[in-house]
Amino acid sequence: MIRSQEGEGHPSGRDASARALAEAVARRSYGRLVAMLAARTRDITAAEDALSEAFASALRDWPLRGAPDNPEAWLMTVARRKWIDATRRHRSAEDSLPHLQLVADELGAAASGGRASADERLPLMFACAHPAIAQAVRAPLVLQTILGFDAAAIGSAFLVSPATMGQRLVRAKRKIRDAGIPFEIPEPEEMPERLEAVLDAIYAAFAEGWSDPATDTRRDLAEDAIWLGRLVVSCLPAEPEALGLLSVMLHAHARRDARRDADGEYVPLDAQDTARWDAEMLVEAEDLLRRASALPRTGRYQLEAAVQSAHAARRFAGRPDWEAIAGIYDALLALTDSPVVAVNRAVALAELHGPAAGLELLDAAADERLASYQPYWAARAELLSRAGDPAARDAYTRAIGLASDPAIRRFLERRRAALATAPSPA
Amino acid sequence: MKYMLLIYEDDADRSENMEERMPHCLAYRDAMVKAGIYVTGDRLRPIASTTNVRVIDGAARVVDGPYVEIKETLGGFHVIDVPDLDEALKWAARCPSATRGVVEVRPVWPPET
Repeated sequence: MIRSQEGEGHPSGRDASARALAEAVARRSYGRLVAMLAARTRDITAAEDALSEAFASALRDWPLRGAPDNPEAWLMTVARRKWIDATRRHRSAEDSLPHLQLVADELGAAASGGRASADERLPLMFACAHPAIAQAVRAPLVLQTILGFDAAAIGSAFLVSPATMGQRLVRAKRKIRDAGIPFEIPEPEEMPERLEAVLDAIYAAFAEGWSDPATDTRRDLAEDAIWLGRLVVSCLPAEPEALGLLSVMLHAHARRDARRDADGEYVPLDAQDTARWDAEMLVEAEDLLRRASALPRTGRYQLEAAVQSAHAARRFAGRPDWEAIAGIYDALLALTDSPVVAVNRAVALAELHGPAAGLELLDAAADERLASYQPYWAARAELLSRAGDPAARDAYTRAIGLASDPAIRRFLERRRAALATAPSPA
Repeated sequence: MKYMLLIYEDDADRSENMEERMPHCLAYRDAMVKAGIYVTGDRLRPIASTTNVRVIDGAARVVDGPYVEIKETLGGFHVIDVPDLDEALKWAARCPSATRGVVEVRPVWPPET
């Protein structure tokens, strides 16, 4: 990968500018080039290796001879040659020469731009998020193949050791090659299910970026996920769930700055200053949701976007549209049966019918998956506190013990301290 | 599978702010106990109280204090029993000390039978 190419020869102006160009090309076209190579070789690892060698050649060659007019075509040509060399070296008996020649020809045509093709990153994404690939590795695989992240960075974001993440990525790519997983956009009848897997992978990446905005040690993946969401929407503009996902992500991202106050303390959604929400981003999010609603199918991401939209209504109405939110959560719960949705639904209904109603729903939602889920305990504590129940203290303590974000930990502590005025059991 | 979470922190900073931070640490330990994964754990006294023993040429020798001046030292540990490393890392991330120092997650050998 381009980041690992360091210090070849003496640094000079030309050298530096060649490196800057190579880095710019890597940022702009890495995923596209991997996709073009992998679609034809059907081997992501071989494609990445060939491309990485091509970038290494570029760093040696461009400072001496000047950068080519079309850097992408130059890289494809070199990567093609590297791939042919590597394949010849490792060729086993069953790889026929005519097959090698065919792939080499296709790569040559792609390098010279002879074949006008749609964006090949989308078929690559469908391969990475194929049902045959373990769910937990789909998002990491997309981040690596499309955006060129290394295993250590991805592992850090997903809280998995770099070695483990590296092994999982290698295994998944081997599976794609050995099982013959196609690099294709699925047929219409398969599309909803297959697209959902791609969207889930993107949303998983977004959530990793979003859950921890305060620290700079973990890479923020939110903007990368939004970029991937835009890519899918641009390729599939009539898929309502793709529009829905992009809308959800933009809604949440628009509130990013408002989630921390001037001292870096956590501000919950209902206390956020709406003037600090990104109005332009919200307009785009609303527009995407409208476009999705005009299409015949409804799904999870459109519903999630509709919840966000009802929260955003506070900008104009002064309060969120809790009736709408509760109704949408009903639909979401029926669709997903997710314990997380059940928690959010309980909170929404508590706004309409009081804390006791919310607590009853939380009890009903109790699930072992929620036992170590911090927002469940925070929601429970909040509702108990509103109901004047001294058990709020223990629930806050549980939520504090489960928090990994120090700003959220301090927020929960302040809430717990505010209980002190109320009578508490000795 | 058992994992030891070894907590490394700035010793002076830790000693000075112990009282203020204890509630966080207790809430964290309590959450692990309630999740049914907690095995054991303790916090260690400040590094100034440490003593090292080494046997040189057959004779035990006592060496005072830590060998090298390092900023982050072992300040405590927890042992948890969870299905895999991913789960252990999730719990390590919740450790209040992970925001100040580092939490080393180390798998424990199963006892010899």
